[in-house]
Amino acid sequence: MMKDPFGGILLNIAFRLLVPFSVVYAVYVLILGESSPGGGFQAGVVMGFGIVLARLILGEESTIFNIKLKNSLALAGCGTFIYTMAGWLTLAGGGKFLDYSFLPFSLEPAHELHALGILMIEIGVTVCVMMTILNIMDVVVKRSEDDGSAE
Amino acid sequence: MRGFAITVMALLTGLFCSSVIFLPVIGDPGSSPNQHITPVYISQSELDTGSPNIVTGTLADYRGFDTMWETTVMFLSGLTATLILSKSTMGRRPEKEDDYE
Repeated sequence: MMKDPFGGILLNIAFRLLVPFSVVYAVYVLILGESSPGGGFQAGVVMGFGIVLARLILGEESTIFNIKLKNSLALAGCGTFIYTMAGWLTLAGGGKFLDYSFLPFSLEPAHELHALGILMIEIGVTVCVMMTILNIMDVVVKRSEDDGSAE
Repeated sequence: MRGFAITVMALLTGLFCSSVIFLPVIGDPGSSPNQHITPVYISQSELDTGSPNIVTGTLADYRGFDTMWETTVMFLSGLTATLILSKSTMGRRPEKEDDYE
């Protein structure tokens, strides 16, 4: 992998340095967003940036980071569903909607349940934001390619 | 019809702009949100939500329902962009041949 170049020193550096860094940093922002600045929206944007960069460098034919349009649409819906699922779980546990104290898991201190609920909804937000970015990029690229071939 | 629409829009814009003077000054400690809800959030956030970050506690826990619909709006924007920009004609009105010039 390290042997074959991506088409120039800029692209090599961009792919080998920026893409892994941004993906790892996005996970960091997501996990630690509860106790430090950050959160679901920021993590989604940073991870979407990493995947968009990989797509721009590797092109349409690559097998990694290549999420098809229908998959990204479905996954964006799944992100919204994960968020709503947290709300339904609290309803199932006997509480109000999105009242994380009533999540049906047994964790000893009550605020651990809140931390779990916050992590759950932030994963949902991250997936939704990341996939929406990929989705819009995909559709714009496809549209411009279609227009180019028609002329 | 167009003049009527412009008049209504100008009237509504003027109305919205004039309502700004009734809003409290930013940072005013005597305004009503800063009287009861802000001190409660600052003092109770860590106990209630288990998160030392007040912003996250407010966004994800106290205002969780709001954030849920924000996420839904994000998803719908992506879906709308796909429906507008894609070449698929599914669900569209059939276009007449005369429309092409």
